[in-house]
Amino acid sequence: MVITKDQINSHGLKVEEYKKIKELLGREANLLELGIFSAMWNEHCSYKSSKIHLKKLPTKNEIVIQGPGENAGVIDIGDDDAIVFKIESHNHPSFIEPYQGAATGVGGILRDVFTMGARPIALMNSIHFGSPDIKITQNLLNGVVSGIGGYGNSVGIPTVGGETKFNSTYNENILVNAMAIGHANKNKIFYSKAKGINKQVVYVGSKTGRDGIHGATMASSEFDDKSDEKKPTVQVGDPFTEKLLLEACLELMKDNSIISIQDMGAAGLTSSSVEMASKGKLGIELNLNKIPCRERNMTPYEMMLSESQERMLIILDDEKEKEAKKIFQKWDLDFVVIGKTTDSNSLVLNYDNKIVADIPISALSDKAPMYDRKWNKSKISKKKIKIKDIKKIRIEDALIKILSSPNHSNKNWITNQYDQVVMCDTVQKSGGDSAVIRIHNKNKAIAISVDSSANYCKADPKTGGKQIVCENWRNLISVGAKPLAITNCLNFGNPEKTNVMGEFVECVEGIKEACEFLNFPVVSGNVSFYNETNSKSIFPTPVIGGIGLLDNLNNIMSIKTKNPGNLIIVIGKTIGHLNQSAFLKENFSICEGPPPEVNFVNEKNNGLAVLKLIKEKIALSVHDISSGGMLVSLSEMSISSGLGLKIYKPKKMASALEYFFGEDQGRYLIEISKNNLNRIEKFMKQNKIFFEVVAEVQNDIFEMEKIFSLKINDLHNFNNQWYNNYNATN
Amino acid sequence: MKSSVIVFPGSNCDRDVAVVLEKLQFKNSMIWHKETELPRSDLIVIPGGFSYGDYLRSGAVAAKSNILSEVIRAANKGALILGICNGFQILIECGLLKGALLRNSKLKFISKDILVKVLSNKNKFFNKYKDGEVLKLNIAHNEGNYFTDKKHLDELEDNNLIPLKYCDKKGNLNNECNPNGSINNIAGIFNKDKNILGMMPHPERMSDKFLTNEDGLGLFLSLMN
Amino acid sequence: MKFSVTVTLKKDVLDPQGKVVGQTLKNMGVKNLNQIRQGKFFEIDLSEENSTKGKNQVKEMCEKLLANQIIEDFKIKITE
Repeated sequence: MVITKDQINSHGLKVEEYKKIKELLGREANLLELGIFSAMWNEHCSYKSSKIHLKKLPTKNEIVIQGPGENAGVIDIGDDDAIVFKIESHNHPSFIEPYQGAATGVGGILRDVFTMGARPIALMNSIHFGSPDIKITQNLLNGVVSGIGGYGNSVGIPTVGGETKFNSTYNENILVNAMAIGHANKNKIFYSKAKGINKQVVYVGSKTGRDGIHGATMASSEFDDKSDEKKPTVQVGDPFTEKLLLEACLELMKDNSIISIQDMGAAGLTSSSVEMASKGKLGIELNLNKIPCRERNMTPYEMMLSESQERMLIILDDEKEKEAKKIFQKWDLDFVVIGKTTDSNSLVLNYDNKIVADIPISALSDKAPMYDRKWNKSKISKKKIKIKDIKKIRIEDALIKILSSPNHSNKNWITNQYDQVVMCDTVQKSGGDSAVIRIHNKNKAIAISVDSSANYCKADPKTGGKQIVCENWRNLISVGAKPLAITNCLNFGNPEKTNVMGEFVECVEGIKEACEFLNFPVVSGNVSFYNETNSKSIFPTPVIGGIGLLDNLNNIMSIKTKNPGNLIIVIGKTIGHLNQSAFLKENFSICEGPPPEVNFVNEKNNGLAVLKLIKEKIALSVHDISSGGMLVSLSEMSISSGLGLKIYKPKKMASALEYFFGEDQGRYLIEISKNNLNRIEKFMKQNKIFFEVVAEVQNDIFEMEKIFSLKINDLHNFNNQWYNNYNATN
Repeated sequence: MKSSVIVFPGSNCDRDVAVVLEKLQFKNSMIWHKETELPRSDLIVIPGGFSYGDYLRSGAVAAKSNILSEVIRAANKGALILGICNGFQILIECGLLKGALLRNSKLKFISKDILVKVLSNKNKFFNKYKDGEVLKLNIAHNEGNYFTDKKHLDELEDNNLIPLKYCDKKGNLNNECNPNGSINNIAGIFNKDKNILGMMPHPERMSDKFLTNEDGLGLFLSLMN
Repeated sequence: MKFSVTVTLKKDVLDPQGKVVGQTLKNMGVKNLNQIRQGKFFEIDLSEENSTKGKNQVKEMCEKLLANQIIEDFKIKITE
């Protein structure tokens, strides 16, 4: 049989690529083999467009136990505790079927974490929708939120926060990125690298169905007669089975029977078996007649490419089968030996006593294509918006407009659908700068934050890349945590377009520079290309998920102001950068000019100073300044505590809008007691850090002398209406 | 005191409640649902979670498990039974408590801190609280909307068999503070003998000062009395 | 005119609920059970005398609301 050009195309491969496949095999491939190559060589598995750029990212330092390349990254947080974490996208499936797409996204990322021997302790997410004004947005929002909640709540892992944003760039291509964080003993981490020949390969978990099989099956001639039955189907998540799989795996991991373990994620059995063999430089042989199937008459092609959820592949040590099987039976899960490791360095598949595929492992991994795609440097607009050029607006009107906008509204409508406190270690829920999760039975905790800035990245990819890393760093600092490491999910358009590839390259460059300067390595991540519909690519949207450590829980900090009479100071210089600000976007629909500059030296100095003030108990509440500028951050502190603020009139009232709504980077608001003002002055002088006093805490009223005065209750209501109103209009 | 926490596939608050029991020096055992024997226990807890994924009806499948017949036997002998959230749903499905838990009136999963009022403290579960005391507890459920017929409702009301009702800060009972549409704002009920308690809020989640408050701890302390 | 509509998951789509219910029935001693699939059932009463028109209307309801056609199929029956 000869593979046709149509078959090559329908498998998402290029004719050139098939030529290479023939060279590597020394013959034509059969259809099953073509399917396997297409799964391993696609962008998602091979990172063929991104690899050469990702290599530039810093991935190691003294606390990194495992960087990118495994199921998840692992870092050392002392006392034999390790944190295992990763973020991943599930964009396209969530657009097609929002509930199941989001749910299976959560399921997949949880498996990545517990595969490594970690008990998941928290979930986060970053979800991006199109304009709220288009009809499908409400449906997508509802589906995605219930899907995330439905899965996490059922498995019993707290979903403790994230970000939800609306931007017309996602009208036809939403983003659903899920992050999972787990805790493990650092001496008991499990990897996917196979070791030893003739070891048993075991299939555990759910049965294999026709879920999510590549659309290519449809186009392949083999299935023409019964095409209706063979339609690719959407994957349905089963959080109940996931919970059983989680407990069974962790129970088996107490013992030393596992040599290696790998989640069957995208491209299921194919990618998991190839990955294990490739890392161990071994071969693997499977008997497909042994695969537990959910449907009758499943073909080898379907078995190898099925994306059924809640499945794992394990390589067991000798004579451990009986004990291991007992554990999986206890949890009512399938446990079947389906093959063994070999010294052939090939993937050999048997079905009905015949060899149906025989591919050198290296052809599927090391020798997969890698591209240095052409890219263009992005054009950065230098256009500065001047306040005198825009319509007059009162400060309080501008503030209210921002606070009540979809992107800045309180997100209780969402977070009340997530169980945030199951497992009883959630110290800080969503709503602050970072979520804080205690390490079970210990007086220490980790902080987690997820951030993105698509508008900044679109305006200047490199600066935008730097900015999100810095913002993430600030969010961790603001709760009193020392930032340790990040995971990233890089959501971009079509990499075959030079401008999109340019955005990718420059964003990665920005991330790299920031991570290097801050000693903030990237330990895991995921690239999602081809986020485009009708040739329109989304804004570049790298998402950063960062982890910080609070080695003493008594040093935890929040944005909640504490006592009337205390002062609020701002650390970091306010210049008043309004381009790309929420102020211009929400009030005037202007989205022009460059994003704010990032100054690494200030960023680091300011951040470390804040940490010090928190440790010395001088800082009483802390909030970083980000989207919306200083006045929005001040009001968030007030809304959180229910205490008011008397904000001082700025020296130059003419530039008050710039001062209060500018989005200059590297700034924090800190509440201090008046008695400490002298001490602070001295401290700042010593450390060469700019600061000024901006407000005083008071009861009930949020005001600026002689300019405006608002009741906290009203402020709270402006901030709390949008979601409820939006979702009441069914 | 000896306690047992029953673990079903899909239970996920089993550890949380065990942590509190052990902190208070209960001699606690975790009992897997396939067991056919239950160790002698003064207190049996059916914890929250999604036993069997909440499939079919919440609690319906767990109610058919081996260990449940042992729980029923112990209950009839007077052992104290506490069903929290999914545990409450299981107690209803197996017939130890009457009524039904319907889907929340707003048809969404709700997870948030709510207020409840203690309406009856002359019993084994609430004797450490003052009558009328308002507690802040956490709820997390899809089906917590308690419903029962008029006759049973009267029986509950007339015999002090409703120890917890959703309320506002001042202890008033009204629709605004009812999170899930429960009839008469019911958050928890007893059986006739008051040795079986089913409640939707999670007391174990409010038993650690560091995380929130200790409003739920009183319930476990009461049980030791 | 009255109609009944059954909505079920498509044949190849995983049905976690059906799986658990089936397993439980087996545990309860139902030995000859092959498979259970769970679905939804609707009774619809329309003021419409023309059966073709009515059926088309119900079909539209299914397509637009009652069934999620990405994962579900539906069957319509005229009952009265």
